[in-house]
Amino acid sequence: MHPDRPVYLDNHATTPLDPRVLAAMRPWWEENFANPHSVEHAMGREAEAAVEAARAEIAGLIGAEAREIVLTSGATEANNLAIKGAARFAAAQGSERRRIVTLATEHKCVLESVRDLAAEGFEPVLLPVGPGGLLDLDLLRDTVDKRVLLVSVMAVNNEIGVVQDLEVVGAIAKAAGALFHTDAAQGCGRIALDVAEIQADLLSISGHKIYGPKGIGALYVRRRPRVRLAPLFSGGGQERGFRSGTLPAPLVVGLGEAARIAAGEGLLDAGRIAGQRDRFLAALEAEVPGLRLNGDPERRVAGNLNLTFPGELDAQGLMAEAPEVCVSTGSACSSAAVEPSYVLRALGMPEAEARATLRIGIGRFTSPADVDRAAAALAAAWRRVAAARPARTGTE
Amino acid sequence: MNELYLDANATEPLRPEARAAVLAALEAGGNPSSVHGAGRAARRLLEGAREDLAARFGARPQDVIFTGGGTEANALAVRGLGQGRRVLLGATEHAAVLAAAPRDTGGAETIPVRPDGTADLAALEALLASGGPALVCLMAANNETGVLHPIPEVAALCARHGALLHVDAVQAAGRVAMDRAADSLALSGHKLGGPPGAGALLLRPGLHLPALIAGGGQERGRRGGTEPLPAIAGMAAAATAAVPEAAGRLAVLRDRIAAGLRALAPEAVIAGEAAPRLPNTLSIVLPGVPAETQVIALDLMGLRVSAGAACSSGKVARSHVLAAMGFGEAAGCGIRVSLPWNAAEDAPERFLEAWAAMRARLSRRAA
Repeated sequence: MHPDRPVYLDNHATTPLDPRVLAAMRPWWEENFANPHSVEHAMGREAEAAVEAARAEIAGLIGAEAREIVLTSGATEANNLAIKGAARFAAAQGSERRRIVTLATEHKCVLESVRDLAAEGFEPVLLPVGPGGLLDLDLLRDTVDKRVLLVSVMAVNNEIGVVQDLEVVGAIAKAAGALFHTDAAQGCGRIALDVAEIQADLLSISGHKIYGPKGIGALYVRRRPRVRLAPLFSGGGQERGFRSGTLPAPLVVGLGEAARIAAGEGLLDAGRIAGQRDRFLAALEAEVPGLRLNGDPERRVAGNLNLTFPGELDAQGLMAEAPEVCVSTGSACSSAAVEPSYVLRALGMPEAEARATLRIGIGRFTSPADVDRAAAALAAAWRRVAAARPARTGTE
Repeated sequence: MNELYLDANATEPLRPEARAAVLAALEAGGNPSSVHGAGRAARRLLEGAREDLAARFGARPQDVIFTGGGTEANALAVRGLGQGRRVLLGATEHAAVLAAAPRDTGGAETIPVRPDGTADLAALEALLASGGPALVCLMAANNETGVLHPIPEVAALCARHGALLHVDAVQAAGRVAMDRAADSLALSGHKLGGPPGAGALLLRPGLHLPALIAGGGQERGRRGGTEPLPAIAGMAAAATAAVPEAAGRLAVLRDRIAAGLRALAPEAVIAGEAAPRLPNTLSIVLPGVPAETQVIALDLMGLRVSAGAACSSGKVARSHVLAAMGFGEAAGCGIRVSLPWNAAEDAPERFLEAWAAMRARLSRRAA
């Protein structure tokens, strides 16, 4: 990374575009710009073929078939489509099942989709997580019965990086005859995910979290046995009626290339990223005694560190003191908000500690020099902020 | 084979201004909702695009909702504003609007069009007078014929009857001057010469609607999901570059095609020719020859035109637009020629040469 540029350690919010993805997309803006649904002419059919090749790459990343991939504008839309679409379709078919089981630590768009459904007569069940952020599987087993329509459990948490045991979650959902959806926006390409192994019916993917472009995502929709959804909105009937609107061919091609790279390099990335994470954490721990890692230390994605700083300081102030580092206090969507993270609160963390917590996201393009610079900058910032605080222990 | 792209109403070629904006936004990276430096830079680009788009179409920045495209923008408006209202839809609306009408409120009512494709205002007035508060959906310009509805008159009628007016401006924006008389206006980035993947809904100040896609509170809670910054920046740059004065050049080319057709084939009809139309669009009906056959023949000669809307794959059916204009059987025999913003000066002559060859071959076979 350029020495004058800030070190980017916020790869949960968004990832930089892989140069190979940009190269794959450019011809579909600059040379053949055709609408991929214009199959009446040759340019449109070429664009359609590129879209279908990309769809196959996306499917390949999660062990699905190409025709099980519905392209959307992003993971938020995919999550909305999965949750509202499954619930509304089932209700329209006269299903008696009304419960939607999910976690208190899911992404905002999952929680809001479930809340929207509550207004339509469905019954949300928000399960707590343990202090490490993991779902109690026995609790899930006790909760999921024949009243449950859908179980939605994220693959990897966007703030604390913990990895849920989706194989068991899927088995529990299936045993009760419920649908199983997983928001894999943070998991896809970072951990191994196979829709057959986890028995997923629905799985959401984001383009810009896997070094692809913003404005594109996908929803896996199982075909055997077939999962049916009501669309969020209708129109030209694209994507087999699940999602109308012109497909943005360059963005689809970009997601396909990002998926291809992730399938080939994701696990190599994870090994290298884990090395940078350990290096960063060791350097920071040496300078900041009492630094605490949140979330289960074993079951977590390689690039994530969620760290509470000692001294009950304000993490926002810490970030302001270290402008040469791009990190965050939590989910980007709500990071401008003043309330502390609901994810951290769900772990049972006191509000003051949640306010003193930073989310670090290390990615494919983070170098050892980057993490060294970032650790030094954050440690220095912490010392300045801690020194400026009115002393509690009376040493000044 | 020399390729000639005349399918701008399916998608416009990317404008150079939009291309530069896309590449700059890709370079910037960052999530506009992040508070660090990269996030703030992305936020500045996003809000700059919002201001540019708002200024271009006479809206306030806070009344611009970015969406994934025109279809979503139309659906957001029809679902959101149609709640608790009767929904009145123009007979020739795009599928995005026709399909968006809520089915749980007794279904939508149809506003007929006259033979020239423009909305029948007397029928609209009768509909408005016959029931409770309504949402009227009429497109500014039709995607197949280019026919323009008289939006100012429609808006006046709506105002008189307490109805809301939603205008699908996807095809009209950037090509003709837009009247800001509507309560909501749907735009599509790639029809302005921007990249695909972004659209917008512009609201009248004070109008509120619920989100279709719930999420992290982006777009003032009206549309969740990380904003697709490159596509949005490209759309705003394209909107600024797409000025109706420049599109006027296309009317000259279009009229040369029309004159050539009259000389070549007296049986060919230009749908909506008597009505005010987009400068770039021509709907040519060749009775007796199925549209699909015409389009395939032209495609083999390198001409990229369409038989109507480019939507779900391979669906070439009788045009509901031409049918509503009273074309009967011939509604299945129309092709759409839509000139892109960068159409070459010799496009009419190249088109006419290929079209004449196509007609000679297919009309002979049909006879």
